[in-house]
Amino acid sequence: MAWPNIMEVSSLTHGTLIIGGGQAGLSAAAELRKRKYDAPITLLCGEDALPYQRPPLSKAYLSGDTPLDRLWLKPEGFFEKADITVRTGVRAKALDRSAGEVLTEAGERLGYDDLILATGGEARRLPIPGAELEGVHVLRTLAEADRLSEALDKAERLVIIGAGYIGLEVAASAVKRGKQVTVLEAEDRPMARTASSLLSGWFGAIHRGYGVDLRVGAAASRIEGDAQVTGVKTGDEVIEADLVLIAAGLVPNVTLAEAAGLEVRDGIEVDGHARTSDPHIYAVGDVARFTLPRYGRSVRLESVQNAIDQAKAAAQAILGESKPYDPVPWFWSDQYELKLQIAGLIDGSDTLVRRGDPEEGKFALFHLKDGALIACEAVNCPPEYMAAQRMIAAGARPDPEKLRDQSVAMKDFLS
Amino acid sequence: MAKITYIEHDGTEHVVDVEDGLTVMEGAVRNMVPGIDADCGGACACATCHVYVDENWTGKTGERSSMEESMLDFADDVRDNSRLSCQIKVSGALDGLVVRMPEEQG
Repeated sequence: MAWPNIMEVSSLTHGTLIIGGGQAGLSAAAELRKRKYDAPITLLCGEDALPYQRPPLSKAYLSGDTPLDRLWLKPEGFFEKADITVRTGVRAKALDRSAGEVLTEAGERLGYDDLILATGGEARRLPIPGAELEGVHVLRTLAEADRLSEALDKAERLVIIGAGYIGLEVAASAVKRGKQVTVLEAEDRPMARTASSLLSGWFGAIHRGYGVDLRVGAAASRIEGDAQVTGVKTGDEVIEADLVLIAAGLVPNVTLAEAAGLEVRDGIEVDGHARTSDPHIYAVGDVARFTLPRYGRSVRLESVQNAIDQAKAAAQAILGESKPYDPVPWFWSDQYELKLQIAGLIDGSDTLVRRGDPEEGKFALFHLKDGALIACEAVNCPPEYMAAQRMIAAGARPDPEKLRDQSVAMKDFLS
Repeated sequence: MAKITYIEHDGTEHVVDVEDGLTVMEGAVRNMVPGIDADCGGACACATCHVYVDENWTGKTGERSSMEESMLDFADDVRDNSRLSCQIKVSGALDGLVVRMPEEQG
């Protein structure tokens, strides 16, 4: 008997439909093909753009160092060559699980055998007066980055609400473009959600050294202006601004999943194979919430690492060859000439070990819990970061005294 | 513009033209050469774009930066001619460059 060729199979199956053309959606499609998945793959991109890299939007793209044509994750020809149907500007409106169909905003019905939700999220807008004024921006998409960048050309005074990674990276990029920058943070330190207080404090000082007016414990209560923004109110003070960026985190896009009755809790709940409560529906990347076995708790990771690796896990599960997803999360941030690299998650740390001197702009902070290494925050210290990744994966229990001692090479901890 | 030959671990050759100013990593990604993942997109943060520069070309591809050096220190199967391809800028001087890919990235 002859095997049916791919064309014949295609007519019999819907294959895999992927909603979301970010890093996670693209990685899922590419991984399926790489592993010889032979049914159709359709990738719906809600934005009017082929899959692109988001990390540079707040960094090198915004500072002007990286042009648009270097953002694309794949060349246009890739999709044809890999036989992936990519559709830009197509947004899903509803999910009909019993029919195995997705309804698009344009009213089209698309069938699926397996569905991957890579819907990411939207930049959070704040419920404060004035948030809708002209000159108030958010940053998540390429279109938003272009609008912000264009506005930045004409602006003198930028106020950023929120001192997380996006807020601080934009601050650094705007300083590079000669702007006067104020950052307002409601918490008592920058990067409060993800970084240790030592690292927070150090980054805060760096930004102040570059002339950024970074204020902590300073919630924005109101954005001032008639049509065009003129300032931001914090406490009793109004800080003048002709441009405002709200950098207050991400709201995961769970609407579709929630309306379809999937389990949702600040993210779409998935198991160790990126599978939702429906066995033919997966969720990957920024939108997915799962229990990280290594850390024993539920997380939603907004990172390139998670977008790629969880997407691979979903693709493998669809092909029936999955092994449970148990990553050592990693992150990076570029601000000024600093490269921050983080391996692992710091929560639960009971011991902090510092290696190197922050005064020299080069140091690593190791976090241990019950003697085991759980995270490393490295500033301009790739060896510490790279070694920590492997040590965390191996469940290493390094001697804190040796970790602190720079005469002991990081490589020695791996043997 | 430079003609660059990328050789996969299994010996498959890909000869492509790469514009000046791009990196050797971008040349591979844009031309769909498999074997260079470049998870971080060229930020020198992941070490998944490791290549071996052909011995005849190691003089022309420049020196590793200290950042690159330390990332490579922890990559698999590193040799004297190992480089992160996101850190090699393409110019006419690299016309004819040959790089080989390791067995596994990342």
